[in-house]
Parts: sequence; structure tokens; C-alpha cells
Amino acid sequence: MTVQTPARTAAAPINTGWPGHGVLLGPMRLDCGVELDRFPIAYQTYGSLDPDRANAVMVCHALSGDQFVLDRHPMTAKSGWWEAMVGPGKAIDTNRYFVICTNVLGGCMGTLGPKEVNPATGLPYGLGFPVITIADMVRAQKLLIDHLGIAQLFCVVGGSMGGMQVLQWAVSYPEAVFAAIPIAASARHSAQNIAFDEVGRQAIMADPDWHAGDYISHGVVPHRGLAVARMAAHITYLSETALHRKFGRSLQNRTAVTYGFDADFQVESYLRHQGSTFVDRFDANSYLYITRAMDYFDLAAEHDGVLANAFRWRGRSTPVRFCVVSFSSDWLFPTAESRATVHALNAVAANVSFVEVATDKGHDAFLLDEPQFHQVIEGFLTGCAEHRGLKDRRRGAA
Amino acid sequence: MSPRDDAGVTLATARATRPRDIRVDLQLIAEMIEPGSRVLDVGCGDGALLDHLVHFKQVDGRGLELSMDGVHACVSHGLSVIQGDADTDLKDYPTDAFDFVVLSQTLQAMRAPREILGHLVRIGRRAVVSFPNFGYWRARLALLVQGRMPVTDRLPYQWWESPNIHVCTITDFVSLCREMGITIERSVILDRHDLVRGSGFGALANLIAAQGVFLLHRS
Repeated sequence: MTVQTPARTAAAPINTGWPGHGVLLGPMRLDCGVELDRFPIAYQTYGSLDPDRANAVMVCHALSGDQFVLDRHPMTAKSGWWEAMVGPGKAIDTNRYFVICTNVLGGCMGTLGPKEVNPATGLPYGLGFPVITIADMVRAQKLLIDHLGIAQLFCVVGGSMGGMQVLQWAVSYPEAVFAAIPIAASARHSAQNIAFDEVGRQAIMADPDWHAGDYISHGVVPHRGLAVARMAAHITYLSETALHRKFGRSLQNRTAVTYGFDADFQVESYLRHQGSTFVDRFDANSYLYITRAMDYFDLAAEHDGVLANAFRWRGRSTPVRFCVVSFSSDWLFPTAESRATVHALNAVAANVSFVEVATDKGHDAFLLDEPQFHQVIEGFLTGCAEHRGLKDRRRGAA
Repeated sequence: MSPRDDAGVTLATARATRPRDIRVDLQLIAEMIEPGSRVLDVGCGDGALLDHLVHFKQVDGRGLELSMDGVHACVSHGLSVIQGDADTDLKDYPTDAFDFVVLSQTLQAMRAPREILGHLVRIGRRAVVSFPNFGYWRARLALLVQGRMPVTDRLPYQWWESPNIHVCTITDFVSLCREMGITIERSVILDRHDLVRGSGFGALANLIAAQGVFLLHRS
């Protein structure tokens, strides 16, 4: 099967319809065997690229994230999703580093995904979109940095599914990555996580408005299914302690329970809000495809079932310097998963740091204000910059 | 808490006063390590030794540390350190992965010192081990005269709070090395004021040393 995309031309900037940059790149062969011809990648950049192009940092976003790391979101008007970490004077300092973030392949914010129009049919791909993998997402990002003339990324960093992309980057292109920071991630999706993903997908597919993936043609959105998927997933991003602290058993705008099924409890109201706002900005089919990509992720599987083999390079250990980070209350990607990655890296004597950040905020801690976490990232990057010989242009400015 | 935290020095303050005043026993360890080599510091604490080695001996340095605070301090200052437990994690490292593996003031706090020692000389072509000497005359005197478990500068804990669950004497250590086929290449012994008192590891050393530093390799 060949997916038809616009006729082959030189990589050309395009308007994706979203703020930021867009470019048509390809061809590219997907893991499933489908050959993509030319396809759009939407991306954002922050800071400026040094003349020697050595200061680029690729930020990889998570399942429901996008390329708007620092911008006000064009649909929700909320501030950028990683403003706690990235920006002028922040741990990933845009006065020093050139930050790139692409919307992932399969996404719904300008990069090729199931809601885009298939030129062969003139209709949205829907379920005609090929199944993509984390490696495919990273392949697309590699095409972009080639296009930008960046031979080696100074760092690839991301949390959750972003962390999976980070690990995949280090395994697929070890020479193109100086340092890698996989945060709250795993080298393989666990059975429990696949199970949660399946609950989300079934919720979407059970919505009559899903129309076997063809809802755009029907002029509807399976908003109930997608909202339930988001609500279930959102619980996994928090911790029991965080939920209890935030809501306890508090009631929503009432003094007593109503003996009905309204959102009596604040936590119900909160989840309903999370679900309904997500529907406004995210495509249901993208949710299916991206969760599937996470399910399929298993770095060891491609290396004889031995994760350490993924980190061997030319008979030696990977040249990439790692900083693996986990959060103590994260039960979606628990510390044990990060530790398994660290053990595999140790087994090839790779250069690796590993920190478990003590927090009760659960998986979502990577997005939140966690000063100790940010100190670790900043220190790791500064150390790497020293080894890489990056000029600290902030000193001149200070 | 790391058993090596006894000096209570944070990396930030250590940095401000370095290069020359890392602890004397750490200086002695540093002197045993060849410039530019690959070094693993097991139980690296706040990273004082590792930082010194990286910056003044240009080593490719890594650390393993149990305490979260220690790991945060190290990684935040650009050192490659893993949060982990030497008792369980050393088995993952491949043989001869490092030129030197350092275990400073930590052996006595390990659950399985013999296995640890085996891993040190397996992972490293050489190992540098320092530990407080329970054969030190003050320790012996405390037990003999007062009939109490010794509390010394190097072993400052009461028996019920001590992380040092496997204390040994220099003679014990030498005997274990012999049994395990480990060669003691060099040794330095220190008194309780951290003054170097010689390079032996015999009966006299066992009496006058408050601590010893040993350079080891597989025979």
C-alpha cells in the first residue's frame, strides 16, 4: 500500500494552518511497510541556532501534547505545556539552546495524521491512515533536523511518550544525539499501560459518532468517547495522594449529595472538565493511532529481547550521555521501568545518570513546578555543554 | 544517608573551597588514580571525589549513590551519577568496564561486603578501597577497658544507630583479600588526625591505623 501525498518537490515550507513552522518532507518508509511520499511536519522553535549548529535541543511531546512548548495554545489559549522547564533562564534555557518541537507523526496539529486529507481520495484518512510507531515519529523528526542542517542534536528530551521518543532517538541515531533525557518513560510499554490504552480506544470506538473512524465525513465528533478516554487516562497521570489533596471527598457547589448522578463530587466535575476540554483540541483517531504507537514500543524486542543490546554501538557502548529521570509516585511509568533502562545502560557501561525525584504528584510531575527536578536537568545539561564544548553565550550577556 | 556523609560537606561548599581541601583520605585515593582513566565511584556521596577527579585528573567518571540528596547534588553539578544500591546494582556492570572502581568509607555499610569486593575487582581493572579500621588501638581499648562498642572519629555511631553493619580490621580485610585471590598493590594508613602513618598492612598497621586506603587488583 502506498499513501498518496502531494507530488514530490524539494523540501518546501508550507502553511500548516497553525502558528509556527511547517515543511513538506519525505519520502519515508514506515515500520508497517507503507512508503510515505511527501508529508507535512509542523514544528516550533525557540531561541536561535548557533552558527556551528551545535546547540539544538529536540523536545519530544507526550500523547496529548503538541509543538506549542511555550506558545499560548492556538485552540485553548492556555500557556505552553512546558513553560516550567523551557524558556529564557529556565532549565532548558532558550537564551542558550535552540529548542525544536515537532507535532508527532499521527498527530492532529499540522503534522501528517489521520484527520488530514488523503490526496488519493480527497477525503480525510480516518482509519485509512497507516499504523505508525514511535520509531516512525523519530524518523520524521530526523528528516526535519537533516532539513535544518543539524548533524547532531545537543540533546533530546521528553517525558512519557516523549521519553520513549528520546530512547528511540538514542537507539536509532546514536551519532546524531549528544545527550538524552528520557523522563517518566520506559523502554517498553507495560501490559497495564496497554490495558489503559485499550480502555481509551474502546471508549472512542463505542461512541456511535465515531462512525468507524469516518466521523469527519459525517460532520460529527465522537466527543463522548474521546472524553471518557481522556478521563480514564487522566487518572493514571495523577496519584492517589495528589487526587486526595486536590479534591478529597469535597462536593461540587453543593452542601449535600443529590442522590443522583450529577457530578456531586469535585473530582467528578474536574474529570468531566478534563474530558470536555480535551475533545475541543484533540482528534479521536489521532488518539487511537498514537496510543497504538506506544503499545507497540519495545526497544528490547528489536534486539533479541535484550535491552542492553539496543545500547551497543559499533561493538562498544552508545556514545550518548543519558540522564534518566523518574518520579516516586508515578504508577503509569514507575521508577522500576526507568531503573530497567538504567541497568541496561550500565550493562554496556554507558554514560548514565539516574535520578528518582521524590514527589507525590504522580506521572504529571514532569510538567509541573518541581524545583529539584529542574535543577537536575539544568545541571546535567550544563555538564554536557561543558563536555560538548558549547559556548555559553549567556556569559557575555550577563 | 550515605555512610560517607560524616564530613557533612555539601558539594556547593566543597566546590567553593576546592581544589586542595577534599578530605585527606580522598586525596590519597585521587593520587592512586591515573589521569584520563575511566572511574566508577561506588557510594560517591555528594560527589566531592568524583568532581575532583573529573576536573583535576580528567577522568571519565561515574558514580553510584544510595541517597537521593547525594544524587541530586551530583547530577545537578554535571556529574554522571546513578541513584542505586551497590548491594544490588553492581552485578549489572560488565567486567573490566572501568580502569578504577572506588569504594570509599562504604565497605563496612554493605550488606554483603565480600560480594561487593568481588564486583569491585571484576568491574575495575583496579579497585581503590578505604575503610575505618576496627583494629585501631583506641577501638580495642574501648572494648577492653570500658567493655563498650567503640565510638571513634571514623566510626562515630552508637551500636544501635550505626549504618556500619560490617566493620572489620585491616587484618580481617587482608585475610579476605588473600582468600579471594585479590592482590594488594599499595596501601596507605592514616591515624585519627588523617596523618599518613605508613604503607604497611601488617600487625602494627592494624594497631596504629584509624583507617586504611588500599589499591587492589585481581591476582
